[in-house]
Amino acid sequence: MFDNLPLFVSTVAEGLLLTVEATVGGILIATVLSFVFGLAMLSRSRTVRVLARIYVEIWRGTSEVVQLLWIYFVLPVLVGYRVVPLVAGIVVLGLNFGAYGAEIVRGAVRSVAKEQYEGAIALSLSPAQRMRRVILPQALVEMVPPFNNLFIQLLKGSALLTIIFVHEMTYQAREVLIDRHIDQAWLIWTIVLLFYLALSILITIGMRALERWAGKLVGRKPSKTTSFVSMVLRSRTHRPTEVSP
Amino acid sequence: MNDEFWQWDYFWEVFPTVVGDGLLITLQATVYGSIIAYVLGLVFALLRRSPIRVVSTVTWAIIEFIRSTPLLVQIFFLFFVFPDFGIRFDALTTGVIALGLHYATYAAEVYRAGIEAVPVGQWEAATALSLPRARTWRAVILPQAIPRVLPALGNYTISMLKETPLLLVIGVTDIAGAAFQQGSAAFRYVEPITIAGILFLVLSYSASLLVRWLERRVGTVH
Repeated sequence: MFDNLPLFVSTVAEGLLLTVEATVGGILIATVLSFVFGLAMLSRSRTVRVLARIYVEIWRGTSEVVQLLWIYFVLPVLVGYRVVPLVAGIVVLGLNFGAYGAEIVRGAVRSVAKEQYEGAIALSLSPAQRMRRVILPQALVEMVPPFNNLFIQLLKGSALLTIIFVHEMTYQAREVLIDRHIDQAWLIWTIVLLFYLALSILITIGMRALERWAGKLVGRKPSKTTSFVSMVLRSRTHRPTEVSP
Repeated sequence: MNDEFWQWDYFWEVFPTVVGDGLLITLQATVYGSIIAYVLGLVFALLRRSPIRVVSTVTWAIIEFIRSTPLLVQIFFLFFVFPDFGIRFDALTTGVIALGLHYATYAAEVYRAGIEAVPVGQWEAATALSLPRARTWRAVILPQAIPRVLPALGNYTISMLKETPLLLVIGVTDIAGAAFQQGSAAFRYVEPITIAGILFLVLSYSASLLVRWLERRVGTVH
């Protein structure tokens, strides 16, 4: 029954690198976009706010599958050449999850106590200094747990790259293994699921470390953040909500 | 076929198919998937609070496992493994079960938060009135917890709506699947896939307005 186990594990593992590349690439782009558009949504300029809001609504509102199909099948018609599947996938993951991340950044910055702004103004810090030295470090602590959720969502989303022929783990199982070993489908898919579970756990471990570091930065012990907002943000499932509060 | 980027003739040709065939399947998958998720989510939430340690721990492990792994792989798992057990569902049913199961783990957390938000005094009062445990849940706790979690559940329904296209991997032609099929048939993807994207945007945005209205009606809990 388990004779083929080494074959299954090694074949799925061949896709591991691409899954990791797609996830890490997606996380990098998503993080940058989250901060850019999250802060843009808090801008004083109405135009900037509206533009950021349009980005967020479009990339959250259309399905990730549709976005992948669009960038892979439609964009080539528009620009004249085909995008490398992995690149297309990373770009979609980044843009899609960046839109959710922007809401996290916006929410976390807004959750910083008003007195902190007033204090910074009283110390006559410039708006840039105020954001960089007072507000963001505190907001960062609040952001880490929801970003943990988001990155796990992104990892899960990377499985969809199968449909644009990126040879990541799910593709390896579906296209390489299943047809030849259909009778052991349960074992193949269980292996794939365990690979993803392991990666999810790695992300969580990394984010816990980041949370402790961010906590120390503002002289806080992570376990003591029991404000209502941090409790809300902490619960693991709270996927960034679809609706802006 | 000419080389124009956008062809209105073709657009109007595929529009009825994408919307007509796809929309119904998308809505069916979302509605049935949500029903499973809401019911099973409540079961998960209650089992998670079970005084029997083994039950609550096992429930926790199941929830974490399902939530940490891709829905796509779970869809494949059910699709390929159900027949081994002699279960033969059509692809849509399998897909709905996968969606429902995956989102039940999210719903469980939502219910948990809602239940914990019911003030302790309510439990104490129920004890003081010596209400049986089942009646406490049915008549005191859940009627207060559930209305306040409806907006959060609604948000997950919107997420689910946007994940129904995943079912195209097992041959369910929802909006995206229908669009892709049309595209493959004519080897012109621009119009059908754009239609699909706009349709999702319209559906999820109007649904989010509905959830916002619900939020105002019942208040919100996280």
